[in-house]
Amino acid sequence: MSANLSTSDEVLIGRIAQGDRLAMQVLFARHQVRVYRFVLRLVGNQAVAEDLISEVFLDVWRQADRFEGRSAVSTWLLAIARFKALSLMRRKPDEELDEETAGAIEDRSDDPEVSVQKKDKSVALRKCLQALSPEHREVIDLVYYHEKSVQEVAQIVGIPEATVKTRMFYARKRLSELLKTAGIDRGWP
Amino acid sequence: MNEANQKMSADDIEALLPWYAAGTLDAREADQVEAALAADAELARHLDLVREEMGEAILLNEALGVPSGRVMENLFKAIDKERRIARGPAAGHGLGGWLMDLFTPRAFAFAAGAAVVLITLQAGVIAKLMLQDRIGEPGSSPFETQSVPPAATRGIDIGSFALVRFAPQANMGDVTRFLDARGAVIVEGPRPGGPGGMYRVRVARTYVGKEELERLVREFQSSNLVSMAVPTE
Repeated sequence: MSANLSTSDEVLIGRIAQGDRLAMQVLFARHQVRVYRFVLRLVGNQAVAEDLISEVFLDVWRQADRFEGRSAVSTWLLAIARFKALSLMRRKPDEELDEETAGAIEDRSDDPEVSVQKKDKSVALRKCLQALSPEHREVIDLVYYHEKSVQEVAQIVGIPEATVKTRMFYARKRLSELLKTAGIDRGWP
Repeated sequence: MNEANQKMSADDIEALLPWYAAGTLDAREADQVEAALAADAELARHLDLVREEMGEAILLNEALGVPSGRVMENLFKAIDKERRIARGPAAGHGLGGWLMDLFTPRAFAFAAGAAVVLITLQAGVIAKLMLQDRIGEPGSSPFETQSVPPAATRGIDIGSFALVRFAPQANMGDVTRFLDARGAVIVEGPRPGGPGGMYRVRVARTYVGKEELERLVREFQSSNLVSMAVPTE
């Protein structure tokens, strides 16, 4: 069961292209949380993520007339957000980035073994998801949380569709390996 | 089709399970996965693993919080600044003259009246835009979408809740009967950005504790109307 949001988004973009501030408010209200969470996972800092999503939506305001409708608006937003986040990260010194990323994104302080001691499979699974590489976690989030198709993930990440499937497979395989290390054998792959 | 091709086909189907669980495959691919699931119990077990992963990935993302109001404030300050620059001072009038005009009593009265009309119009437009998000025809659905202000659902904040994604083939009538039979109600959703939106569903009127909530969620999950259900706060 789904509401057809994509059509409405496209209509909003058309209005934004004509300078409709109200349409911009609606689009922003509709997508800001998901874009924020996606960016936060990449940059690992709330204030930086907030600044970045302001820039993302400002770009939408400026470039709405260039939106061709070849992808869903949400896919377009995530692609802009990813580009901006990665550009920012490239500008930052590596040490600073690594420190922030380790501290805020990949909370590895509690390893999978500890989770098993808690005898809670859900907690262990979440810990193992957090322990995945950023590349693997990104594809997992795009597919499971952002509900992006193979084609949409390919557009956002800028890789071929076959690579999307392969990356998702290896991300899940790695997840199973981490769980196995933690004492949970899922019998797959 | 030779044996190698058959094996490749099985691998391809295995690789598509995450998208099948998320409801983002096209109809042809979804049909192929469903046929394979019906014939292969082990593949069906793998789909359960995928659903477990998906549920936890969603919870992890939900835990990331929401941006502060500062973002919207800064964004629209920047937008308004760009609009002012794009418009420039009134042609042949000058900024000084425009400001003087603004403070004449007649202009002031006109501006106040125009503001009232504008606010009324904006309220109407917002309502219209929000209604576009409603599922089905106006008045035909008991569901409220993500566009409904949180205040509208505050009266049902108490209880036990789950995040639910309904199956793509589920229709409004089936879902209504399914929820009614369990005394459940959709309080929020669908979450934006995806074809198979997530709904926050109150599955019990009171806080029922972790075990009972998990049992209720399993009951949801066992229905073919539901593609995924996970407990939430």
